Amino acid sequence: MSLRTALLLAACLLSAGAAAGEIPLSERRSGYELMGRETRAMQDDDATNPGMLWVLDGETLWRKKAGAADRACAACHGDARTSMKGVAARYPAFDAALKRPVNLEQRINMCRTGRQKAPPLAFESRELLALTAYVARQSRGLPINIAIDARSKPFLDAGSEAFHRRQGQLNLACSQCHDDNWGKRLAGSVIPQAHPTGYPLYRLEWQGLGSLGRRMRNCLVGIRAEPYAYGAPEFVDLELYLMWRANGMKIETPAVRP
Amino acid sequence: MTTRREFLVATAAALVPAAVEAQIDPNQAANRKAAFQAALRNIVGDSQLRRGRVKLQLPPLIDNGNSVPLSVAVESPMTATDHVVAIHVLTEKNPLPDVVSVHLGPRAGRARLSTRVRLADTQSVLAIAQLSDGSFWSDSAEVVVTLSACLEEGLI
Amino acid sequence: MARAVVTLPAQAKRGEIIEIKTLAAHSMETGFRRTQTGELIPRDIIRRFSCTYNGTEVYRVDLHPAIAANPLIVFTTIATETGTLSFQWVGDNGYTANETAPIRVE
Repeated sequence: MSLRTALLLAACLLSAGAAAGEIPLSERRSGYELMGRETRAMQDDDATNPGMLWVLDGETLWRKKAGAADRACAACHGDARTSMKGVAARYPAFDAALKRPVNLEQRINMCRTGRQKAPPLAFESRELLALTAYVARQSRGLPINIAIDARSKPFLDAGSEAFHRRQGQLNLACSQCHDDNWGKRLAGSVIPQAHPTGYPLYRLEWQGLGSLGRRMRNCLVGIRAEPYAYGAPEFVDLELYLMWRANGMKIETPAVRP
Repeated sequence: MTTRREFLVATAAALVPAAVEAQIDPNQAANRKAAFQAALRNIVGDSQLRRGRVKLQLPPLIDNGNSVPLSVAVESPMTATDHVVAIHVLTEKNPLPDVVSVHLGPRAGRARLSTRVRLADTQSVLAIAQLSDGSFWSDSAEVVVTLSACLEEGLI
Repeated sequence: MARAVVTLPAQAKRGEIIEIKTLAAHSMETGFRRTQTGELIPRDIIRRFSCTYNGTEVYRVDLHPAIAANPLIVFTTIATETGTLSFQWVGDNGYTANETAPIRVE
């Protein structure tokens, strides 16, 4: 490679927002691979995966009429197995009206308030988790496919900056654990690369299903930093960055994790 | 004049609610062990508890103590005259010794259970099978339980 | 809301041993947890699971707080005749859940 080509390549990488320490695609590993055999079996079998209880609730909610418009999701979107296929793989996605990316939970609430004329579902409520899990489940097995353009690039950069920034009383950056020390142990748990491939997921620690927002709040509490509110722009920017960083990896929703 | 140290100690003591003090049982290990023995006697009575015929499966190092996959299988022809009547699982270090009891008969085909249990600490788990002839057989397994990193509420 | 899910084959040969997997939605509150201010959260668990086959009980489980949340119970039964398998969960505070599944036995 000539010096000119090398410099061009370096410039391209920098403009794409690739910060130092990002995990190349061939080395990306899902948290699934770090779990014990029995926990992996729990995720693999729909009959034993507790996350499926929420997915089934989501299926019921999908067909339930709601709001002043008295419409179910199914009225516009039909059979989720076809209409929602691939959707979770490209969220968070840029919303032209809000001029910023929104995550799947926010998208569902925008439909509820805008189309169904119903009140939004509270973050981490059973209903919102169930619907999100049901929609995301339709992308199971598909590769994550976050496309960045000029409009969403600033938000990706903000998420990347947050990922690499030291914060909290322990003054730790996400990248220090998840880019630099993945695979090593922290208090008895193996540190994953932190790819959100299976959200919303059943976390054994919670004994219930929860969103990526909830998990990131746990991380922030862990490093003694102030956790952002659910749906905060800081969270969605981070989620955008994490999903982009996991591009190419398969969706596993509803995953099971320790 | 109250020193800063005295002030901090006094404030800390005032903040500790009575309920929290009640949680710390200095005899916890001994009490739980005694409860385990009582639960065992309740099941087996005066009969001999033999090792064998039962296979208890647990992951040796678990991902999270809140949900540990557990399987018990008992060798038995499961006929009308020779079958398993009940399967019991006990722990020594959980707040309560009883985990689960299964009541079954020849209709089950196999004397088996798979479930997920909570284990409070690194400990030994005991599975007991009660046979139709009145005999008791058992198996035990050791499990290592660790605390998760990145919990919901910060450690106090 | 999905209170319980059962998975088993829809048909079997007479005498065949079939595996049944059941999942119930329940937090299985142990009664040992405390709130941030120290109050004890009362116990609230599923206490009993039973499976009946055309009216005859074939498997019964007594659950204690040590059973993990959203209890999984996997067991076997002999496919004796065509009919209905009935599953029942009973717990604290009047909790009940029921599921049925047909089975065709040749």
